[in-house]
Amino acid sequence: MSELLELAQRVAGWARDGEDVEVYLSRGTETEVRVYEGEVESLSSATSAGAGIRVVANGRQGFAYAGALDEAALTETLEEARDNAGFATAEDWIGLPVPDGASPAVLDLWRDDLARFPASGKVAAALDLERRVNAGDPRIRLVEQATWGDVAGEMALASSLGVTATDRATACFVSAVAVAGEGTESQTAYGYSVGRSPSELDPDRAAGDAVRRAVRLLGARKPASARLPVVFEPRVSAQLIGLLGSVLSGEMVLKGISLFADRVGEAVAATGVSLVDDPTDARAWGASTFDDEGLACRRNLLIDAGVLAGFLYDSTSARRAGTTSTASAVRAGFKSAPGVGARALHIVPGTASHEEVLAQVGDALLVQSVSGLHSGVNPVSGDFSVGAEGVLVSGGAPGAPVREVTIASSIQRMLQGVVAVGSDVEWLPSSAAGLTLAISEMSMSGA
Amino acid sequence: MPVTAGSDALIDQSTLSRALRRALSTGAEFAEVFAEDRRGSVITLDDGRIEDLSSGRDRGAGIRVVSGNTTGFAHTADLSEAGLLAAAEAASAAARGGGGGVREVALSPSTHATPSPVGVLPTSVPKSAKVDLLRRADGAARGAGGAVRQVSAAYRESRRQVLVANSEGVLATDDQVRVRFGVSVVANGDAGMQTGNESAGATMGFELFDHHDVEDMSRSAAERALLKLGARPAPSGSMPVVIRRGSGGVLFHEACGHGLEADHIAKSVSVFTGRVGEQVASPLVTLVDDGTMSHEWGALAIDDEGHTTSRNVLIENGVLTDYMWDWLRARKEGRQGPANGRRQSYQHLPMVRMTNTFLVNGTEDPEEIIRQTPRGVYVAQLGGGQVNTATGDFVFGMTEAYLIEDGRLTQPIRDANLIGNGPQVLADIDVIGNDFAMGWPGTCGKQGQGVPVGMGQPTLRVKALTIGGTAQ
Repeated sequence: MSELLELAQRVAGWARDGEDVEVYLSRGTETEVRVYEGEVESLSSATSAGAGIRVVANGRQGFAYAGALDEAALTETLEEARDNAGFATAEDWIGLPVPDGASPAVLDLWRDDLARFPASGKVAAALDLERRVNAGDPRIRLVEQATWGDVAGEMALASSLGVTATDRATACFVSAVAVAGEGTESQTAYGYSVGRSPSELDPDRAAGDAVRRAVRLLGARKPASARLPVVFEPRVSAQLIGLLGSVLSGEMVLKGISLFADRVGEAVAATGVSLVDDPTDARAWGASTFDDEGLACRRNLLIDAGVLAGFLYDSTSARRAGTTSTASAVRAGFKSAPGVGARALHIVPGTASHEEVLAQVGDALLVQSVSGLHSGVNPVSGDFSVGAEGVLVSGGAPGAPVREVTIASSIQRMLQGVVAVGSDVEWLPSSAAGLTLAISEMSMSGA
Repeated sequence: MPVTAGSDALIDQSTLSRALRRALSTGAEFAEVFAEDRRGSVITLDDGRIEDLSSGRDRGAGIRVVSGNTTGFAHTADLSEAGLLAAAEAASAAARGGGGGVREVALSPSTHATPSPVGVLPTSVPKSAKVDLLRRADGAARGAGGAVRQVSAAYRESRRQVLVANSEGVLATDDQVRVRFGVSVVANGDAGMQTGNESAGATMGFELFDHHDVEDMSRSAAERALLKLGARPAPSGSMPVVIRRGSGGVLFHEACGHGLEADHIAKSVSVFTGRVGEQVASPLVTLVDDGTMSHEWGALAIDDEGHTTSRNVLIENGVLTDYMWDWLRARKEGRQGPANGRRQSYQHLPMVRMTNTFLVNGTEDPEEIIRQTPRGVYVAQLGGGQVNTATGDFVFGMTEAYLIEDGRLTQPIRDANLIGNGPQVLADIDVIGNDFAMGWPGTCGKQGQGVPVGMGQPTLRVKALTIGGTAQ
């Protein structure tokens, strides 16, 4: 048993009669190297650790955290969580999960060779990426930043109800922001590669992506407003698919603010859309053996060939809804109490390549980046409006670059309007994977 | 002599000196210890219930060492001498200075009057009083109409005590107390659900609620949601936009604020690079960044590099006067401040950030601005925004807006983003009102770090902005 889990169990054992205690501990090391113009701009390294403690007594929940794992801090944190619980509203459904017997997936998310990889190798990888981007095209003016990042993290969870969980994962990445220029014009784009160990990184691809995306925007114009089909590149569709995680939260349904409440069994999307949240798929960067309440993660089918199949639940929302947890409790680190969320969403891929999707759609806007997702997408009303950059596709071929436009529709209409799903799944370091996704029509606002 | 931040000594002065000496031992030119003790508490009400009370404490120190163009950085949650020395060694190894030897640092403690004295420390107020605020907010919103379907509200308090010591002798502390209250209402109608928000926050204590009535806030949020039930789709395309005072400050934050940060300038990834002394905006525009604004959300006595904040004019009558600077960028240019070096926490490196950024008052009657606009959009409340500093293109969201027809506000319109290009929009500001106000408390994100910022402006009109709606 890991030392961290032993500590979690010991603290959970401090529970008094009449209360349940859950202890979440995390610990990690990370490094970040930034290079600029052939020199190391910064090299940061750190180890951090923290604890989040939940106490439930008489149907009331309290939470407290500390950025430390020493006994004094843990004692104080438990006391604070206990005090906080006293002020919450009591409800029957409030409570920690009990072990549900689900067997955890065997995932292999840890690579020892990351820990052995020296700082000099990390610096070299970032400098190498910067060189590759600079050499990628004569129109590349500079690399705003080339970065190496890595993280090795470990979590342990134990509760007085007998739940125990422990998990660990490594990840590293290289990324670069390329600036392409001609005359007074500059365009930027980023490229990246992510792996669980250094040997899994593909700097060629990272550099190629950054260069190609930045250069192809040169000469971008603001086009006239139009309604037209829109094709999202995988890294953009991943952001959009990620939004569905909150829309399909069972908690939103219980609170009466879900776009899709009461619609299980109905067609909410085009038949080509099957949406899954599967943290047991080790290819996903959100893959995890356990959820953040310590239940074994499982594959959850949310939309099946366009038909709404279900929602995501943690143990509290599940109990309230009269169902079982989908093991979808997530935390934003040790400082936050668990809530409902997705970890590894993806749309089941189709059979068409990126190029075949473009050919199928014919004339469209191909979107390579979006902005303002936080200010222009309302998951309650469904209104969707974001800034976009990309190229106009004509007769299936990418052509004139465009900038300073918005694209708008609603989440509901976009799901119904999916006309093509690519085969090109891209596993991104986020809660969703992307693939080429074509929507029959959106409003593009420009000049 | 113990150095104190508030009542707790974070690190004593002799330990600081030894940590700095260790950090400089590989020959680096500059070393800095940034220590922070942050306590925070959040209480949320949702669905009529006090759902979550959470609180905690996080403290530690980040040690920065600069050698040539390279910065080494390490942070630790261990504020003991051993912990600090280990972090100092890690940071200096990362910076890989060439030389060696011993340099002594003479620290000169300085005091900085806070722009935001605290009346009532939030931790001195019973949790039950905070819970009561949330319950009152819930009741007021639900009383606003039968179409109100859901109410959520959050009370947040934080206290951040910081200490900065560096090899240039700086030794400064600050004690930042912030309180914030937000409410979000969902209303349900024939055309689906709509949302309305209201928010207040200040760098002050619990006396925030002497200035803001949570029930009034709640009713405003509810009215906003109810009104939008009848909203029609936002237009699609370019037209004049009038932005109500207050929250429109986000326009400047995105249109030029980020583009005036010296780190973007140094790398020539800002459309404002090399333009000091030039006309970059309409002559009506005077833009200021001011960390000293008493009690505003972005107010600080010192920045996170230990330097006193000040009021800095960025654009005067449309002419670019200066950028915003942190220590690193100012040093490269061989100049002093102004001090805009900020960081999210001790776990982060500082960089150039805004504090309170605002457009100064104009002369026009705001009602008259609407009357003089035959057709356009009136934005009464803005959400967040985002900018690409290299192209200057930026978006910002509207969460309460109306059509202007024949110089009058007519129909409410649904949420959408607006998009524009910074330099173009600054030039297109053709009238500015005389009704200056600061807007809601904001959190500005840059390279993954969030810091509290204030924004403000009087009512103004932009000749043309693209509205990202769906109506033809």
